[in-house]
Amino acid sequence: MKHAFAWRLENVATGMLVVLATAAVLVPMLSRQDPLGIGDVLALRLVPPLSRDAHGVFHLLGTDRFGRDLFVRMMLAGRISLAVGVVGSVFASAAGTTIGAIAAWTGGIVDRVLMALADALLALPRLVLLLVCTTLWRPGLATVVVVLVFTGWMGVARLVRAELLGTRSQPYVDAARALGASPMRLLWRHALPNSLGPAIVATTLGVGNAILLESGLSFLGMGIQPPRPSWGNMIAGGRDLIVVAPWVAIAPGLALIVTVLACTLLGDSLRDRLAGEAGATLRDRA
Amino acid sequence: MLRRIAGALLLLWLVLTITFALIRLAPGDPATFLVPPSATPADAARIRAELGLDQSIWVQYARWAAGVLHGDLGESFSLQQPVTRVLADALPVSIGLGAASLALTFIIGVPIGMLQAARRGRPLDRALTILTTFVYAAPSFWLALALIAVFTYGAAAWGLPAAVRLPAFGLHAPGVQLQGRAAFVDLLRHAVLPVSILAAVGAAGIARYARSSVADVLSHEFVRTARAKGASAARVYFRHVLATVLPALVVLFALSLPGLVAGSIFVEAVFAWPGMGRLMVNAIIARDYPLVMGAAAVYAAVVVFANLAGDAALPLVDPRRRA
Repeated sequence: MKHAFAWRLENVATGMLVVLATAAVLVPMLSRQDPLGIGDVLALRLVPPLSRDAHGVFHLLGTDRFGRDLFVRMMLAGRISLAVGVVGSVFASAAGTTIGAIAAWTGGIVDRVLMALADALLALPRLVLLLVCTTLWRPGLATVVVVLVFTGWMGVARLVRAELLGTRSQPYVDAARALGASPMRLLWRHALPNSLGPAIVATTLGVGNAILLESGLSFLGMGIQPPRPSWGNMIAGGRDLIVVAPWVAIAPGLALIVTVLACTLLGDSLRDRLAGEAGATLRDRA
Repeated sequence: MLRRIAGALLLLWLVLTITFALIRLAPGDPATFLVPPSATPADAARIRAELGLDQSIWVQYARWAAGVLHGDLGESFSLQQPVTRVLADALPVSIGLGAASLALTFIIGVPIGMLQAARRGRPLDRALTILTTFVYAAPSFWLALALIAVFTYGAAAWGLPAAVRLPAFGLHAPGVQLQGRAAFVDLLRHAVLPVSILAAVGAAGIARYARSSVADVLSHEFVRTARAKGASAARVYFRHVLATVLPALVVLFALSLPGLVAGSIFVEAVFAWPGMGRLMVNAIIARDYPLVMGAAAVYAAVVVFANLAGDAALPLVDPRRRA
């Protein structure tokens, strides 16, 4: 019963992400609205959702203070947010996996230095570290991604290192070593593939986290810079309009929540499945 | 324990050194922000010399390190006050906000998670799972705007009673001098929205965690034994289950601090609370290096010592860890 529920939620989450990503790619491409340019502001601004503006154009989610269509902007922002989230999280995990593998496989002083560095960076709340980093360089898309990678590798590095230390003593690794496999081959072909489970879960959960952080930075004006839309800077743009035109801030917020929700559900179910498998192997062995 | 404390201090030093290196390696020059456009190059050079920015990075590091060891975090570039004084003004605001939220986080989050575990797979559990995941996924600054729309502007527009019309900005009602009880009530009313947001987001995370760890404990045989010997449901949950998950919750308490810090930065920004978060954001925008360093030091110290306190508290709640 519980399994069926988890299974269905997982499909719903995947479905939501697929629909969102497709819409983010297609909507700005097919729409005749200009999501960046500012036209006839007085006639077009703050049109409520599901209504037509003075020129008779229909706006699904209304328009913002400059008369730009919110739905198209939101989907364009979705491209940026999803891309930043996925790229930021995947690259952070790749960096973390590399560093974790180096630490576990070399051991000694290298291991201790790398782990001390990871601990030190973990001791600063990630947002504080992000804030310090983003403003050191010019704010923008590239800075956000680089900074997400720089502040996101530590958790995965620790996970991969811990897993590798466990896997290293498995009989099949000993067997491969006895057969004369080089340390690199042991790591790449035998130990690493069997140590990546937790890292994959962390990456999936990390996508949602990265999207939240990006939007937070953009909300504070330190992330994606207008006129390029991001859900965070769109919410910031609707901040002083919450009474007059609440939809301007509500719509991108809901998009953000749905996306992060889907990533979290997906990560959760992946983790449950992984835990189930680990449990099953343990039971088989017992 | 002494080793642990030494380790924590070393870690803190490492964090500060990394922050120092990061800030000094950045291309921006704080002097360009401080020197008025009309200043002559000579004036600019004098200002840089006064701030010690004309020295090599090693000299700057040595000076800064010597200062820190003497409890001197330097002088804020933008506010022209000692960093320690600026931090001392902002810290109580954030500690109050954080402590109230953290307490509520656990008071609300743990029972919800236990309830979910007890009703696992049933409609109530599913509804709460969806709710907690939703709140967990929602950015705190967006929740803040939503609550302000409802309880500040909405409540006034719909003519709701004064008790639910909550102020959204700052710590005190502007323009009036309140004394004693009235001042306290005013502060509480200003705190309701920020604290509820931080507590809600935190509680959602704790509930998600408590649900899975309690569900895990419920499958153990000692729970079945307790039930079989006729212990009441309350006794099973509070005496047996809660006691088993308590150590994990203590660890979580320390681990949840960074999230709380992040949340409080946004909440302080939206509600214009004069705390650490707003201080940090303003200091970064102004490239106020000493203040950024000072704020980062405080945050790092809070996290490092919370972890240390968590370690120290573990034996108190977990007899297996008593030496």
